[in-house]
Amino acid sequence: MRNLLDLDPTVIEECRRLAAEIAREVTGFARARTTTSIERATLRWMGVEGADPEGVPLVNRVVEEARQAGALGLGIAIPFAGAMVRSGLSPQEAAQAIADGRLSLDRPPESLVPKCRSLARDLAEAGARRVQETVRQREQLIRDLGEGPHPLLYVIVASGNIYEDTLQAKVCVQAGAQVIAVIRSTAQSLLDYIPEGATTEGYGGTYATQMNFRIMRQALDEASRTHGRYVRLCNYASGLCMPEMSALGALERLDVMLNDALYGILFRDINMQRTLTDQAFSRRISAAAGIIINTGEDNYLTTADAFEAGHTVLASEFINEQIGLRCGLRPEQLGLGHAMQMNPWQEDMLLWEIAQAQLVREVFPRSPIKYMPPTRYMTGDIFRGHVQDALFNLVSVWTGQGIHLLGMMTEAMHTPHVHDRVLALESARMIQQAARHLEEEVRFQPDGRIQRRAREVLDRAEALLRQVRDRGLFQALAEGVFADIPRSPEGGRGLDGVALREPDYENPVEEVLDRMTDQEGDR
Amino acid sequence: MNRPELAVVPGVDLQQVRPYGDTLGDGVVQVSFSLPLPACPEAEEAARQLALRMGLEEPQVYHRADLGYGFSFYILYGRCRHAVDVTRTLVPRVQALEASFEEINERLLRVAGRPLRVVGACTGSDAHTVGIDAILNMKGFAGEYGLERYPALRVRNLGAQVTNERLLHEVQATDADVVLVSQVVTQKDVHLSNLAEWVDLVEAAGLRDRLLMACGGPRIRHETALELGFDAGFGPGTTPRQVAAWILSEWERRHPPA
Repeated sequence: MRNLLDLDPTVIEECRRLAAEIAREVTGFARARTTTSIERATLRWMGVEGADPEGVPLVNRVVEEARQAGALGLGIAIPFAGAMVRSGLSPQEAAQAIADGRLSLDRPPESLVPKCRSLARDLAEAGARRVQETVRQREQLIRDLGEGPHPLLYVIVASGNIYEDTLQAKVCVQAGAQVIAVIRSTAQSLLDYIPEGATTEGYGGTYATQMNFRIMRQALDEASRTHGRYVRLCNYASGLCMPEMSALGALERLDVMLNDALYGILFRDINMQRTLTDQAFSRRISAAAGIIINTGEDNYLTTADAFEAGHTVLASEFINEQIGLRCGLRPEQLGLGHAMQMNPWQEDMLLWEIAQAQLVREVFPRSPIKYMPPTRYMTGDIFRGHVQDALFNLVSVWTGQGIHLLGMMTEAMHTPHVHDRVLALESARMIQQAARHLEEEVRFQPDGRIQRRAREVLDRAEALLRQVRDRGLFQALAEGVFADIPRSPEGGRGLDGVALREPDYENPVEEVLDRMTDQEGDR
Repeated sequence: MNRPELAVVPGVDLQQVRPYGDTLGDGVVQVSFSLPLPACPEAEEAARQLALRMGLEEPQVYHRADLGYGFSFYILYGRCRHAVDVTRTLVPRVQALEASFEEINERLLRVAGRPLRVVGACTGSDAHTVGIDAILNMKGFAGEYGLERYPALRVRNLGAQVTNERLLHEVQATDADVVLVSQVVTQKDVHLSNLAEWVDLVEAAGLRDRLLMACGGPRIRHETALELGFDAGFGPGTTPRQVAAWILSEWERRHPPA
């Protein structure tokens, strides 16, 4: 590990140990519960798609039936397999029949349970084979095409129309983009269902649907071949449908997914019990599908001051890392997030940003750190914005960030226009090339401003982690430790979709996921 | 109308205002845009002709780039042939002072003696919380904190698709001081009838006099808001701080020191 900051490894170790204790509480909590979205993800993995004539997804219809019968805590898989066994229908037909009221979802009699269990396992295995095939395809494409220099240049498309998005994405790929993220329609994170089909209208973004995933994947595969570079597709496994989004991402070969319960709790007021439970399952899916997750610490700095709150970002990254590892994610799948959000007029701002960016790199050397561009101090002055983004581009290549989210000069104005993205990509590529080996050539002044700042942030992160460990994450969130936003364990959206697992809860998909990621069941 | 405060530049003609490059009256402007055409001389000529039709004389294409997939990008300069008579231009504005986050909080707490209760909602069938969230959510907008972050304000965000009746109920239940109504997406001016209905409802409930009421959204202008019976209207690009400053100003106006 490169140690340009002269960090004390025992402090980093202590941070990890504290974070691991915090993570254990969270994953233990999650493992004792299930949610409507986890059970819907389970059905999607087992092969159920589509919606009823009113547009309500079949998985919602089936799981809602179980929830209203008070049977959520048993898991959906066995009762659903029971309905299939009784009717002789396929998963899709059975879901349809349950939605139509032609088939009930009663718990099968004890004598039939082994048969149902075996059927459910077969379906879970079939899902696993589909996902493993996507993993194989990705590896093959990266082997054949390569992926271009790092940091990976990540660009957002958000026209609202998936077909328009594919066109814009291709222009981005031509201009050098390596990750295309499709921003979701405003407030999709608060929908407790995933819309169906290809969509051509959205507000501030494009709905994430299975069909839209498929359409964009196909477009990017074409562009990858044309430009000789594998282009990753990114979307959101966040909000109330977090695990389902991961399941769809796994089935449709998404490569990167934003996935952070803390973000939903703080910035979308989603109930913490719900989303932390969802997250554990969702991360297992990402782990099995080779998806890189992106965490949302960068957002803390949009409400809290970046200079004052740098340590909260690092502390949260430690926690997210430990939760992720406990869900089977490898360090290479942890796109921990941070951002360049200091006031551009603050003296030595560039030094403090270099210190923070280098610190995150050195603490998480194997993880593809996601670096977010300035947004907080962006104004309608596009010319100044382009300069702020240039500073960001320099820090990113200098400190070897993993995933570089491109700043747009029109940030805070509108979703980017086609040339906004091309200009941003051009600037990022120019600066990347110009400063390619800067990191190898430059050393920081021992005990100078940058080293002192990095050590201070690390020390404060350790103190904060100890504070969170002593209280537990739930209490810490209630006290507003992160982003200065307090949230209560009973508040927010989605608590009614959480159930304690009954002693005879079964989920064959979870068993398959644990096997795929070499996890022990009780982690 | 005589506006001497606008005539700062020596020789400026307020009845014939044009863009300024380096000489008074030169009308120089820069425009940049993309065309859904591959870069080629015909596309460049199309860009030039578009600039002419925008009212730019002697347009020059200084930069042309092919963006791929049939798109190209242009940067042009030209001289704007149009002029504006600024002596005939009057823009009604929300009367609010310029104050920082800290100042607003400090003064509000001082003059009101307690945090003010704010209720916000996007009303009617409109499902878009983007406007009200930008103003209210902690995270804020354009680099500024949302109102939830103001210690001098207690904010309740009802989200989208809130009926006027429910909003009234919440206003009464929370004994709100300030109501913020957002209207983002609208068809056939339904937002106007919806806002008018809200004002009627509040007046019928006898609450109008003690409530500070503002509406906001991409199609809202201050003038329209006043006509509808609100105290202020906020258009696109409004920051939370502007709304907070207005709350302070309006509160101070209604509660002059004894």
